[in-house]
Amino acid sequence: MRLAAIATAAGAFSGLFGVGGGTIIVPLLVLWLGYGHREATGTSLAAIAIIAALAAGAHAAYGSVELGKGLLVAAPAVAGVLAGTAIQQRVSERAVAGAFVVLMLVSAAVLVF
Amino acid sequence: MDALDVAGLLALGFAAGVSGGLLGVGGGILFVPALVVFGHLSQLEAVATSLVAVVLVGAVGAARQREYGNVRLRDGLVIGVLAPIGVLAGVALANAVPERALELSFAAVQLGFAWKLAGNAGLR
Repeated sequence: MRLAAIATAAGAFSGLFGVGGGTIIVPLLVLWLGYGHREATGTSLAAIAIIAALAAGAHAAYGSVELGKGLLVAAPAVAGVLAGTAIQQRVSERAVAGAFVVLMLVSAAVLVF
Repeated sequence: MDALDVAGLLALGFAAGVSGGLLGVGGGILFVPALVVFGHLSQLEAVATSLVAVVLVGAVGAARQREYGNVRLRDGLVIGVLAPIGVLAGVALANAVPERALELSFAAVQLGFAWKLAGNAGLR
């Protein structure tokens, strides 16, 4: 039931602001379901892949996807995510939590300004 | 696009990937502005194109995190499959409520999360 609520909240955020929903999924997994931060981020990525694939498919149907430029950001991003997950295994859960708090503050600031 | 544009896309793409792997987010918060500024796309095209990159970040990141034992696959699948219900609700909401009110209320939600998570991790 709580998973369904998290899914709906993430989807709503995604539909409203055109993002994947990770900034909603990670904190709710931690606060509601007692996930550790590493588990929350790993599980969030799995959910995001599905959510973004569905949304990208819908956008592609309207012809709005520029595949060449997409790959230009996606290729270094794949290298980046491998680096990011490797770094994450080497720092404490507390450091991951701290970094996520900073992300929340930045995200709130982006929404306001 | 000139060389600076390509460099900008590559650099911000890498930064988005690193933050995605560290923080469990897709990176759209960086992909979208990168595609607008350096890719010269409209906001709509940038959002649509960003999602392609987010799919790859999510899939590769989740696969790697699974090797580290950090993915509860069933929960992730349930959230992913049910989220489109929320998307429909979000789109309906976006058309019913002024954008500024939505931005400010979500900003408040994120500040609330920051406060709770900081407490949870013993950071305050």
